Amino acid sequence: MLEVRNLSKTFGGVKAVQDVSFTVRGGTIHAVIGPNGAGKTTLFNLITGIYTPTSGEILFEDAPAGGESPDRLARRGMSRTFQNLQVCMNMSAIENVMVGAHLRLGTSLLAGLFRLPGLAKADAECRDEAARLMEFVGVGRYRDAHASQMSYGALKRLEIARALAAKPKLLLLDEPAAGLNHTETAEIEALIRKVADSGVTVVLVEHDMKLVMNLSDHILVLDYGRKLAEGSAAEIRENPDVIAAYLGASA
Amino acid sequence: MLSELLQFLFSGLTVGAMYALAAVGFSLIYSASGVINFAQGEFIMLGGMSAALLVQAGVPLPMAIALAVLVAAAAGLIVEKLAIEPAGNSEVVTLVIITIGASLTLRGLAEVFLGKGNHALPAFSGEDPLVIFGATLMPQSLWVMGVTIVVVLALALFFGRTALGKAVLATSCNKLAAQLVGINTRFILLLAFGLSAALGAVGGILVAPMTYTSYDVGIMMGLKGFVAATLGGLGSGVGAIVGGLLLGIVEAMTAGYISSAYKDAMPFVLILLILFFLPQGLFGKKTTDRV
Amino acid sequence: MTMKPTTRGFLFLAFVLAVLPLALPNGYYYDLAIRMAINASIAVGLNLLIGYTGQISLGHAGFFGIGAYASAILTSRYGLPSGLALIIGAVATAVLAFAVARPILKLKGHYLAMATLGLGIILSMVIINETELTGGPDGMPVDAFSLFGMQIVGEQAWYVVVALILLLVTRAALNLIDAPAGRALQAIHGAEIAARVAGVDTTSFKVRVFVLSAVVASVMGSITAHYVGFLTPGVAGFFHSIELVTMVVLGGMASVFGSILGAVVLTLLPQLLSAFEGWETVVFGLILMLTMIFLPRGILPTLRLKFAGRAA
Repeated sequence: MLEVRNLSKTFGGVKAVQDVSFTVRGGTIHAVIGPNGAGKTTLFNLITGIYTPTSGEILFEDAPAGGESPDRLARRGMSRTFQNLQVCMNMSAIENVMVGAHLRLGTSLLAGLFRLPGLAKADAECRDEAARLMEFVGVGRYRDAHASQMSYGALKRLEIARALAAKPKLLLLDEPAAGLNHTETAEIEALIRKVADSGVTVVLVEHDMKLVMNLSDHILVLDYGRKLAEGSAAEIRENPDVIAAYLGASA
Repeated sequence: MLSELLQFLFSGLTVGAMYALAAVGFSLIYSASGVINFAQGEFIMLGGMSAALLVQAGVPLPMAIALAVLVAAAAGLIVEKLAIEPAGNSEVVTLVIITIGASLTLRGLAEVFLGKGNHALPAFSGEDPLVIFGATLMPQSLWVMGVTIVVVLALALFFGRTALGKAVLATSCNKLAAQLVGINTRFILLLAFGLSAALGAVGGILVAPMTYTSYDVGIMMGLKGFVAATLGGLGSGVGAIVGGLLLGIVEAMTAGYISSAYKDAMPFVLILLILFFLPQGLFGKKTTDRV
Repeated sequence: MTMKPTTRGFLFLAFVLAVLPLALPNGYYYDLAIRMAINASIAVGLNLLIGYTGQISLGHAGFFGIGAYASAILTSRYGLPSGLALIIGAVATAVLAFAVARPILKLKGHYLAMATLGLGIILSMVIINETELTGGPDGMPVDAFSLFGMQIVGEQAWYVVVALILLLVTRAALNLIDAPAGRALQAIHGAEIAARVAGVDTTSFKVRVFVLSAVVASVMGSITAHYVGFLTPGVAGFFHSIELVTMVVLGGMASVFGSILGAVVLTLLPQLLSAFEGWETVVFGLILMLTMIFLPRGILPTLRLKFAGRAA
């Protein structure tokens, strides 16, 4: 589904990502972990088109994807959420989710000026589907609420609903459990499993090790922008380099 | 041929120096707060007008100049305290409109209290022109350029060597970080406005002997200073100065060789070109957004 | 099924427009009402750009000027039919707006403010300087508007025309906001990066809404030219641009009816301020500052929040 080959990104003097290669197979849950500053979000931004690679390739469904714009990648079936919430606080909750479905509706400005009957019907269907998605992610009770009235945890889930509204093939979640307490984290874990079970390939960046170990089929460990290790949850747990990176080398 | 070119160069540098001072003021405020201060032109106007009226009232020239700068600086402080600070962290549109409102208020007040007439300041050291390589140079021009150089050096010293100056730079780099190391960013912003106003006023006073000053010169001067700052790169002190001088020269050349009617349009054509091809200006930094 | 609040608002607007003539005692008031309606149409268009999409234009009067002077020059000097002149003005505006917007809208918000500022001033200066064509600072007269052989003359006829245009523009804007394109615009304002990853081509949308609002201004410029019968370069000036932005910001950003309210208030203001002889500029400036500091969302949204708070 997703293949990254020798990807590098430098900002001025900082080598944020250095020569990283890995593959994500369709239908799996893949996690990217590493200490702060390891380059995880930069990697995400490279894959989703927000940054352009300095060198290396990214292939999405075997077609080149490096340097493509985010909206083109969305068209190809990629969707993501953000580490620091990017929710439109100027819109209602359900409208936020409906934005996610943008590509599947008639989007011309001119058409929008005239209330064509076909458009109205499609819009109503979109609204119903957005409400269903909000139920799916567990914020159904905010159906009629405005985004500014929702709690942090609820907004994180709203973003996931928006990302799902695009019916993506690949969903990238940037720290979905950040800032959540134990109960909320368990709920997010269940949600991510539900999403993966529905057929979406999931890649997530996370710090919460329990979540990562429980969910992931495959884990990639980054440190200082380089790939430190790659493997299944059990393999990573035992890997001495990973342990050293997180806990410091033993004396 | 040469004398003509020199003539345009001199007048360009002269008015360019004023643009440079205005531009430094813009950059200063933009750096410290992200606000684009549309009222900057009015500070220029206040400087020139106050000085002219004080002299007319019989105050000796040096004192009139000092007082006029203080008046403008005070206006800058008032604008910051009453208009910018209450707005807090508003959106860009809101802040732009507030500064436009401040500009209108200042201009309106000048119209009411200082009248609609034109005023001129006496030249600092006489009106006898000097002749250099066939081009005439007013002694006032030398004052303009000389004082500007002194001011620029003083600013460089201030920002480079004094703790306060470095605090301003720190605030402009990262407001939160500056606060965390104990810098009173509120005070810094106040200082930035006061200093910008003073700089603008100095520029206005310097050129007042050569161009008439009146209550409504602020708009054009402000806008052009703003264009100069963008040309040089918003947030860059060196850029502001280079941008101002460059703008002045281009304007003078346009007036001389192309058409004097369109010389006022030139800055705005320039800004469009800059925004199309080099939006960060000559010395500005390219920024990337962190997501 | 209950009516949506926006539909109610629209019907209320239609009602007010239909009934208003009964309350207008003489030509002076008609003129005021017509100017309000014209400004309201421009404000609604401009609000789509400023309030909904979160962009700034400080030169919209320039587009107004293009429409106005295109209509004036093409009809009075070249004898073209008024409808055609209006369309030519609108097309010229669209082309210019597109050419300027495309490169600029890739950059951040305040760059557009600068570019539109520059463009507006350049247009204003061209109008002032090309005296042969435009009459320069002294202005030029404009022929009456004629459509299919009939001329639109007199306040009542013009009132009907501008009222219908306002209803049309308002309806279109309300439609747009509920459409996917409208949501995309608001998303661009709310969290642009999120809109992009959802598939919105944000630059393209920003350009399109910019061109749309510019064309609305241009058309209203043409209308104003024919209505007033005389044009001066001030219509394309910086101050007029600021007035237009103020209408949007004062009345309520991201509120169609707010813009209409803002236009009404701002058209009335000079009449009210004539008591403050000499102090108009000061009062105007103070109003701008005070509104932005205390009512940053504008009058209508603030009122709405207050009433919602009470009802809760």
